[in-house]
Amino acid sequence: MEFLNSFILITNYIIIPGLTYGSQLALGALGITIVYTVLRFSNFAHGELMSFGTMSTILLTWIFIDSNIKFGTFPTAIIVLPFSIIFTIIYCLLVDKFVFKFYRQQKSKSVIVLIVSIGVMFFTGGLIRFIIGPGDKNFMDGERFILKAKDFKMLTGLDEGLTIKSTQFVTIILTILLVILLFWFLNKTKTGKSMRAYSDNQELALLSGINPERIVLITWIITGTLACVAGTLYGLDKSYKPFTYLHLVLPIFAAAIVGGVGNPIGAIIGGFVISFSELLITFAYKKFFFYILPNNFLPDGLLQILSTDYKIAVSFIILVLVLLIKPTGIYKGKIIK
Amino acid sequence: MYLLHGENITCGYDTVDILSECSVGVRKGEIASIVGPNGAGKSTAMKSIFGLLKIRLGKILLDNEDITNLLPQERVLKGMGYVPQTNNIFPTLSVQENLEMGAFIQHEDFSDILDYVYDLFPVLREKRNQQAGELSGGQRQQVAVGRALMTKPKVLMLDEPSAGVSPIVMESLFQKIIEIAQQGTAVLMVEQNAKQALEISDLGFVLNQGKNLYTGTGKALLSNKEVIQSFLGG
Amino acid sequence: MQDKQHIILLFLSMFILIAFVGFFQSWNLALTIFNLCIISSIMSLGINIQWGNAGIVNFGVMGFAALGGLANIIVSMPPTAKAWDAGAIYILIGIIIFILSIIFSILVWLKSGLSKKKKYIINFLLIILGYFLMRYIIDSPIKAIESIEPAKTGYLGGLDLPVIISWPIGGLLAALIAYVIGKISLGLRSDYLAIATLGISEIIIYILKNEDWLSRGVKNVNGLPRPVPYEIELQSEPWVLELTKFFNIPVSEISSILVKLSYSCIFLLILIGILLLLEIAQKSPWGRMMRAIRDNEVSANAMGKDIKTRHLQVFVIGSSIIGIAGAMLTTLDGQFTPVTYQPLRFTFLIWIMVIIGGSGNNFGSIIGGFLIWFFWVQSEPLGLWFISQITTHISDTNIIKGHLLENAAHIKLMFMGMILLITLRFAPKGLIPEVKR
Repeated sequence: MEFLNSFILITNYIIIPGLTYGSQLALGALGITIVYTVLRFSNFAHGELMSFGTMSTILLTWIFIDSNIKFGTFPTAIIVLPFSIIFTIIYCLLVDKFVFKFYRQQKSKSVIVLIVSIGVMFFTGGLIRFIIGPGDKNFMDGERFILKAKDFKMLTGLDEGLTIKSTQFVTIILTILLVILLFWFLNKTKTGKSMRAYSDNQELALLSGINPERIVLITWIITGTLACVAGTLYGLDKSYKPFTYLHLVLPIFAAAIVGGVGNPIGAIIGGFVISFSELLITFAYKKFFFYILPNNFLPDGLLQILSTDYKIAVSFIILVLVLLIKPTGIYKGKIIK
Repeated sequence: MYLLHGENITCGYDTVDILSECSVGVRKGEIASIVGPNGAGKSTAMKSIFGLLKIRLGKILLDNEDITNLLPQERVLKGMGYVPQTNNIFPTLSVQENLEMGAFIQHEDFSDILDYVYDLFPVLREKRNQQAGELSGGQRQQVAVGRALMTKPKVLMLDEPSAGVSPIVMESLFQKIIEIAQQGTAVLMVEQNAKQALEISDLGFVLNQGKNLYTGTGKALLSNKEVIQSFLGG
Repeated sequence: MQDKQHIILLFLSMFILIAFVGFFQSWNLALTIFNLCIISSIMSLGINIQWGNAGIVNFGVMGFAALGGLANIIVSMPPTAKAWDAGAIYILIGIIIFILSIIFSILVWLKSGLSKKKKYIINFLLIILGYFLMRYIIDSPIKAIESIEPAKTGYLGGLDLPVIISWPIGGLLAALIAYVIGKISLGLRSDYLAIATLGISEIIIYILKNEDWLSRGVKNVNGLPRPVPYEIELQSEPWVLELTKFFNIPVSEISSILVKLSYSCIFLLILIGILLLLEIAQKSPWGRMMRAIRDNEVSANAMGKDIKTRHLQVFVIGSSIIGIAGAMLTTLDGQFTPVTYQPLRFTFLIWIMVIIGGSGNNFGSIIGGFLIWFFWVQSEPLGLWFISQITTHISDTNIIKGHLLENAAHIKLMFMGMILLITLRFAPKGLIPEVKR
């Protein structure tokens, strides 16, 4: 019984939030990784692209709710997603046309394009704040919980409650679907394979008759989709504030690099490594040990490895450690010079 | 009558001409080799024939059709296959995917060509789900050649196929090249290992400083004292 | 000669711009902008020597600037007497133990002949052990220190020395940390280095935000001493009163202008000093070698030039310049507020300055610093003005107009992005291009 309680405690405070946040990071990191391998630069504007996608979702959600279109117990934002994805893709393509295309044709060094992406980051950040304002926006509606702690306790008779927020449920399900779709596309379709071929060896891909502009187009379609979904899910789960998305770039980069930049599986693994380390390192284990240790063995203090204030810093620490010890990441990524 | 003919090509980078009035060609079902010292313009000749380098003078004919102004991709559609010297595979794609990419430009079913390539290089069939970048040097070269064969080219162009592989592997690779030619595909290649290349060639072109120095059958060149002395190391 | 005229013209226009602010808004504002322009310029000089001369991408400006700010506290604040009784020394001991465990594990890594797997395990255990030992030692003294009058002190305090000393100390502190960062991360590729430095600077800010015993964290340290007189003191000086009569401006304003002017003079001296040193360095064989390495790392390597050491030197120098500027900034603010350190304002804005000004040219960095800071501050009112101009025909009660006016301030981000993108596209060499020496 005590063991079950401790298990539920861990599930409630680490496993479910870890899976949720990890999914959001994984989707973000996939976007960064795909831009990095195909277009060959580190896109610092990715956080703002996610923010742009979320903003589109919020604006459309308001319109949908006004016209009384809702998604039952689930957030309306979910049925809005296909439309906001289209907006995000259009924005990505416009940015590419007016900004990145030039540097691709010039074959600029990747570090120059990185600095260009900072310009895009500024511009997009300003545009978003100009359109929707800098404040907090809540766009979560529908039922908040799928499983409430009280109900769970009643059902099982345990002391520890288990809650599953509907946003957590939606995040995990959507991520699984999207990842399956992405991998099916990359590995099974002719276009997906040609995209991987292009990222492997541009010259040979050209010789094989692969059209680079088409690859670029598809890359932005995928990136825009991933960014929009990742941003929206993060915004639903936490809350939307343009400012936080700027700070999301670094954990996302951390996830991409930890997993091995350029490797989609690595990006996903990296997302979960980051999210679980953040939670595991800042979790107060006192209650956990309360269940599994005899009472007189229980030490003082919260039994935290690092205070919760350092939660996000954990991802930076892991990032720096990985860069120092194994820059290629867990799954060997691509090195682009 | 050459199937593929680069006629009096003059070209180079910027203002410097690497090739001047250089002619090379290959007949159907035959092997032709371009040999010569370093910097003779061998690889430049290949690149210009395949359209990777714009030529200033001269023309390129494939089956009597002038293809001088076509893009490399368009030449692939016309029936040319090209294997670059380096970076000639997609390292993180599987062997089979590499071959599929070779046929990317085609829209019809290519399973029979795939079988042909696998029959030619049985080891590739065995390792078809492995990442191409993880294979040995010789196997990677087979992937590269196989990829170029996927469009069923009339002419296969190989830029230093034996670069970086051991003598034994080179031997078996040349054996495969002979097989390819026997199936009716013309093979035009550039080789550093001039002697071995000329031994299997029907036709040889010795280039020096961007010009044709000697042209003749492989056997004739191998018995030409001057060629032996200056280019085949005694 | 053309170049010199070009530079002079640019600087003149810059001063005219600032003078405009003086005439049309207020001299107080103009001087505030001017002082911050100088600090921004010094920071850009720090980045420029790294990026422009050596091609090193340092996205850690924020962290080094904050370290400079920390130096202010350590140097100039009065010590909290009770804190030392509460066991401050144990904190030092604890931290030293942790650092020793890291050093020891590095030694194990480099010197021992163990297998890689064993090294990983030993290092992991060593650091974990060091960490928990440190926590065991420092946790209770930290609690004790942080509970000493938390509303007023609750931290160690400083050495009670003149604040101006904190500027070189800030530079030294930044240099020290830069040495460690550089030592471990300069081998990385440029974009990884960018991400690593950004990450490390975030970690520095997190520490400053949360280690209350050191920096009071988000409670901020207020009332830092000044190197210049206080307005109140000036207001009773007879000569100040004379000036008040002469210019016919209220005494409160003239005193504050005088304070700002004295800051301007000190800052300007430092800016010129750093500029001179950098120019000398760039003209020296050392500078030439740096550029040779930047332009062709492979051949420089082949010629036997020790790239790693050079890069480390330039990284430390540039970062310490940023540290000095960061210390000056905190002194000017009179308070240390960790939450104000944002990558957008501290790291990326400085980068825009360097790129716009002209990578590789010190004068370019200075003009970039002036121009971008000027527009960063002024584009808010400009944006507001612009929006109100285009919406004059819309009635004031219109929701869209209200919304636009409300968010007009954010045009400045868009504006900065546009400037950067346009410069990179059409004038990638910047306002004052690098001089080919």
